[in-house]
Amino acid sequence: MKKRIAIVIAILLAFGAARVPLEQHIDAVHREAGFRTARIDLDLRSKISQMGFVAALSGFRSFVAAVLWIEAHIAWERTEWGRMAGLFDTVTTLQPKSALYWDMASWHMAWNASNAALEDKSEPNEFLRRRAQRQYFELGKKFLEDGLKNDPVNPLLWERYAVLLRDKFEDHCAAADAFLKASELPNARSYLPRMAGYEMAQCAGREREAYELLKKLYDGDPANHVPGLITRLKELEDKLGIPASDRIQSAP
Amino acid sequence: MSSKSALPPAFSIQRILVLAVNTLTELARLKIFYFLLIFALLVIGNSLFMASLSFEEEFQMLKDVSLGAMSIFTSLLAILATAMMLPKDIEDRTIYTILAKPVPRFEYLAGKLLGILLLLGISTIVMAAVFFTVLWFRETTVIAEAQRQMIGADGAVTEELTAYIAKVQASAFNANLIPGVVVVFLKAALLAALTLFVSTFATSAIFAMIISIAIYFIGHLQATAREYWLQGVDIAWWTRGLVAIVALIFPDLQAFSLADDIVAGNAVPMGLFLQTAGLGALYVGVYYLLACVLFSGREL
Repeated sequence: MKKRIAIVIAILLAFGAARVPLEQHIDAVHREAGFRTARIDLDLRSKISQMGFVAALSGFRSFVAAVLWIEAHIAWERTEWGRMAGLFDTVTTLQPKSALYWDMASWHMAWNASNAALEDKSEPNEFLRRRAQRQYFELGKKFLEDGLKNDPVNPLLWERYAVLLRDKFEDHCAAADAFLKASELPNARSYLPRMAGYEMAQCAGREREAYELLKKLYDGDPANHVPGLITRLKELEDKLGIPASDRIQSAP
Repeated sequence: MSSKSALPPAFSIQRILVLAVNTLTELARLKIFYFLLIFALLVIGNSLFMASLSFEEEFQMLKDVSLGAMSIFTSLLAILATAMMLPKDIEDRTIYTILAKPVPRFEYLAGKLLGILLLLGISTIVMAAVFFTVLWFRETTVIAEAQRQMIGADGAVTEELTAYIAKVQASAFNANLIPGVVVVFLKAALLAALTLFVSTFATSAIFAMIISIAIYFIGHLQATAREYWLQGVDIAWWTRGLVAIVALIFPDLQAFSLADDIVAGNAVPMGLFLQTAGLGALYVGVYYLLACVLFSGREL
């Protein structure tokens, strides 16, 4: 029997030596295709329970993420914003490839939690309420920025980022760039170039660029002859002093 | 009357199939399939609870929970059912009856392994069917609800509704879930072969279970150990030796945890899937071979 045990150990080691390059290759192929990219480390351990960490280590990352998301949903129903932020952080660490988690986490923070902070009746100081609101805006922005680091070619995340910059930060120049980026990606929605143009029109110094973009859209596709685009084009024509012969003919 | 009789063949697929079917029947008699009922309750219950979320969240949760539960159930089933197979046959003395006949030990093990793989295959198919049915049902319900609310008074389908339905369909079923399910089965098959190997030298079913579960956890860290070993991370020589042993002896189970990323929307290229499946088949073959080497010399 000892001889057989020795044979088994020898086979195990030889098989191990033979398969390590194969596993390295498959590992590289997996990572190239976007698999096995989640970071499971001590930082994650500090965020979740021991059982949750063990489950995440055992190949049940998405399962643990789903359970924590449900917990976050319950926290939302109880308006426990701080707890929600922590849970979202953990969920997105466990499932960094899921655009839905980044998108929803950002939306909850930048729209719901920020509004709740502003309306917080337990805080009489308006300055502090506004500061808390701003912090939630920043948190929402951070979720989207981290999501984009993990999935930089996701048009939905770029679009959400642009909307956040436009509506919560009123940063029209950055919003224009984000809409433009989103519009250039595969499966992007058809209205995104228009949105980029609208934001660019409000960005000081980029009016000419905005005009050219919107004019190109107007000339290129009758589907773009929408009131919003026509109004902005006419405003830009006036602002830039476009000759009458080059102006669009549509009624305002 | 001639007393001359033909010698039985040294290898017979027929014998392996008989043993496999017998193993499957024995496991079915142990009411092992009841866990499928728990799975169905979990998936259906989960989908009912999730109905209060947005449809994107609901479908994401449903996929996460269902594939996660499939992985847990099949892995547990593979380890527990395989670990008790040999000790049970020894205890019931059925192994002596079988091996007293012209059945080589490697055929006996092949029959047992095939029986377990059949059990895992049937379980995976049933669980996948439950999962896909619930997903389809929820998708249909969400679409019907949207149609009821958004369809025009004249019965015209608006552009908005068409876009919404396309979004619902994109969030629900996608073909990548199928390779995800297959990889869950492959992982369970690997664990079954591994546990069979362990049970050939284990002294009891409990021992085989504990060792296999420990290997399960270590296997999920094997890739990290391999990285430390090969990528020149600055560590002490004895640590390097230890991680090398882990990398060489234990299987890389993270290679079969693709479902996590599939649920998140990652596509599975055919080449990647075939390589992963090939690795799984290789593991099953090698662990079966090792089980044969040890079991052929074991005193019963």
